[in-house]
Amino acid sequence: MTDASLPNGGAKSRHGSLTSVDARTKKRNTAEKRFRAYGVVAIATGILFLMVLLYAIITSGAGAFQQTFIKVPVYLDPAKLDKKGERNIDDIKKVSTFGYNPLIQNAVLKAVEDAGIETPLKKSKDMKALISASAAAQVRSSVIENPALIGQTVDFKFLASSRVDGYLKDRVKREDLARDKNIDAEHLDIVDGLMEAGVLKKTFNPAFIFGADASESRAEQAGIGVSMIGSFFMMLVVLFLALPIGVAASIYLEEFAPKNRWTDLIEVNISNLAAVPSIVFGILGLAVFIQFIHLPQSAPLVGGLVLTLMTLPTIIISTRASLKSVPPSIRDAALGVGASKMQSVFHHVLPLAAPGILTGTIIGLAQALGETAPLLLIGMVGYIASNAPDGIASGLLDPNSAMPAQIYEWAKRADPAYYERAWGGIIILLIFLVTMNTLAVFLRRRFERRW
Amino acid sequence: MSVFWLCMIVLAICVVGFLFGRTRALSSAAGEARQLHSLPNYYGWNVAMKVVVPAFGLMAVWLIAQPIVLESRVAGMIPQSEIKEGSSVGLVMAEVRRAASGLENAVASGALEAGLARDPEADPAMISERLKEAGQVVTAEITQTILQAAQAFSAMSATANWVMTVLVIAIALGAAAMAVRQSDKEYKARNAVEQGILALLIAAASVAILTTIGIVLSLIFNTAEFFRLYPALDFFTLLEWAPSFSGRGGTSQLGILPLLWGTLYISFIALLVAVPLGLFAAIYLSEYATPRVRGIAKPLLEILAGIPTIVYGLFALLTIGPMLVSVFGQDGLGWMSGGRAVMTAGIAMGIMLIPFVSSLSDDIINAVPQAMRDGSYGLGATQSETIKQVILPAALPGIVGAILLAASRAIGETMIVVMGAGAAARLSLNPFEAMTTVTAKIVSQLTGDSDFASPEALVAFALGISLFVITLGLNVFALYIVRKYREQYE
Repeated sequence: MTDASLPNGGAKSRHGSLTSVDARTKKRNTAEKRFRAYGVVAIATGILFLMVLLYAIITSGAGAFQQTFIKVPVYLDPAKLDKKGERNIDDIKKVSTFGYNPLIQNAVLKAVEDAGIETPLKKSKDMKALISASAAAQVRSSVIENPALIGQTVDFKFLASSRVDGYLKDRVKREDLARDKNIDAEHLDIVDGLMEAGVLKKTFNPAFIFGADASESRAEQAGIGVSMIGSFFMMLVVLFLALPIGVAASIYLEEFAPKNRWTDLIEVNISNLAAVPSIVFGILGLAVFIQFIHLPQSAPLVGGLVLTLMTLPTIIISTRASLKSVPPSIRDAALGVGASKMQSVFHHVLPLAAPGILTGTIIGLAQALGETAPLLLIGMVGYIASNAPDGIASGLLDPNSAMPAQIYEWAKRADPAYYERAWGGIIILLIFLVTMNTLAVFLRRRFERRW
Repeated sequence: MSVFWLCMIVLAICVVGFLFGRTRALSSAAGEARQLHSLPNYYGWNVAMKVVVPAFGLMAVWLIAQPIVLESRVAGMIPQSEIKEGSSVGLVMAEVRRAASGLENAVASGALEAGLARDPEADPAMISERLKEAGQVVTAEITQTILQAAQAFSAMSATANWVMTVLVIAIALGAAAMAVRQSDKEYKARNAVEQGILALLIAAASVAILTTIGIVLSLIFNTAEFFRLYPALDFFTLLEWAPSFSGRGGTSQLGILPLLWGTLYISFIALLVAVPLGLFAAIYLSEYATPRVRGIAKPLLEILAGIPTIVYGLFALLTIGPMLVSVFGQDGLGWMSGGRAVMTAGIAMGIMLIPFVSSLSDDIINAVPQAMRDGSYGLGATQSETIKQVILPAALPGIVGAILLAASRAIGETMIVVMGAGAAARLSLNPFEAMTTVTAKIVSQLTGDSDFASPEALVAFALGISLFVITLGLNVFALYIVRKYREQYE
């Protein structure tokens, strides 16, 4: 039964003409536009989130690369530093950092007076709040290195305390000072005066990138360098284990494996491992590598092993894809001139798949570099990474941190000065990730062959 | 002899064997490489392989077995009366090991005469004094029994080391001699070497299975230990999570349900953010976008997937949290008391999952055959009607699979909830309250100072196995759905 066969079928036609738009068509067209707008809004929101994220990272983290320094001449008083006057290195070493503090505070006070700053703070002790607690150790180590400096007046560049630094970076505000027992408004007046006199300056701080972590009270001194070395050693372990094992496993599965239960089991395992939450790998590392095999806690070797197991599925999946993309004619040609199956794979297929394998490996490494959760369980947090390792064995086995673990550690600390450092650490981490991913994309574009 | 030098000797035998095998094979063919079955190097590799595998295999087995065997023998020397109240054989053995290594180090550094270190009648007080002077770590006072056990331990391990060295070198030499004798022009060296390489490849492929076995075993053993100390029924049914900080069990309330609730609530919020955004983004990118827009927008969205989770955690803690507090906090609507809340973590996690949902759905929508679209257009449907009534129903199983995969990601996510969700376990419906999750508690129970054998630490393994089972189940289910759907068009 069609409309046309109805008695009044032609008379009650719903559509007037093709050129004029009726209500129903209008409705459908608006629905179409609305639907399309949802898509645009969704994508725009996603990109907006990305922009907000990047904006937050850059604005909050850029400050970590700059630090406030105070440059003052310090008179290294022989009466305090070398009472016997014999310049005997053992006597000089007996003077602890407490012996150096008054000298430094005097020097700062003198700089304040020279700058002609009016202040009620007349005592040298009052200057303690301005300079980092690391200043004394800095002077002491340079005196021990060169005892001839004693008795001279030497220019030193000290880190300002984290409150002073925060004041210059708008983190410490004058209206919050009442609650802060570390610094007073008078100190900030001095800071303003010293700024004008050019004694106090905010400059680029390489120690943040290359230096070691510091204790909780010295935010101004903390750097990410040592944990960067920890990450480097972990990546070394991942590269040297995950790449050969991953490539060997993929070659077997792709080129040799017969279709049977065992290879099915392996395939199912690999795809499941790729989806296991990373924290579970941390539990595995804790139970197997630390409790059972008794490898040292917090060692980059253990971190590397855990991350190896975690990245293995990624590398295997991408390696298999690139082995698959080598056309069978290559294998057939090799077999045709008398090569064995093994020779055809290792001499011909593998070199042709190498760029793809390399790309996959770099992406796997980048993923491992940013991973944090498993590292928490094997003890790479809560530890102050203050000593750079000296050599490969110590780099692998001595306790260390890793970049993401260090960032987490900083984010946990109470002093807000550490938040800035955590964001700064993220900038460095992202620079590494962007570099690795760009390299991967470059390699793919440059070497990938289309058959 | 140290293990390092033993390895070096075996490798040296291996290199010499390689050269001998190669030359012998060549000379059996009177220098004519063409008369050989395989290329000359294969004969060398054949020898090298046959040296390395048994020698290193024996060494590995020996190094693993030696401490176990020695400890059980030395433990037998310690009388029950020596084990103090509250101590155990394990603790005494740790003492013995420490004393033994202290003695060895002290002798090596010359602080202690070798004769004195081996003298069973030596005065333990004097020895422990000398060890402390030499800078060796000796915790408790060394008793006569511990000293004798330590001496026996180091004497036995020295002997065992020598036996191992001799055996390993003998096996390496024997295997080298046999393999070199095999090296004849008729011998199929290439096949032998390739068999070896194939075994290596299979071993590498089995690492995945070993990992799974390792995960399952480490979870199961520790969970069983936990359930011995703490009733399993309580763990699964208690509505309270309140571990005691000091005691060994007893007062702890370790129920998984509040944690599971927090996990599911946060994941739900995350999916509420990620699914509509991701799905609409995928639809637009695959159906409407010009190749140029797609070429720009898709990689931009996928950047979100490449950002490490620690960054999202920090973003939640320091940006989203304060932002939400300024709107819903005391100064605004007054619903929120702190920056850490279900919402904070949920939104950050949602942002992280957008590209996950969008690229999976994108693939699935693209897999719907063009003929179905053309058919719909031919009937006069608009593009959005085609999508809603033809493409989405066809792609639905795949999209559900993608959402399930995203949910499993959200449930297993750790850093965002550790930093953004708070530490208090709560059963509440208010999304602006702090709650905690299974993963966050795994981290906090295993990184604290609690004793490793206490139920407060072991509960982390029970949580881990629950997490593992849930995520694995979701993944298997998702893959099952996706696979079933894919077959419809093939």
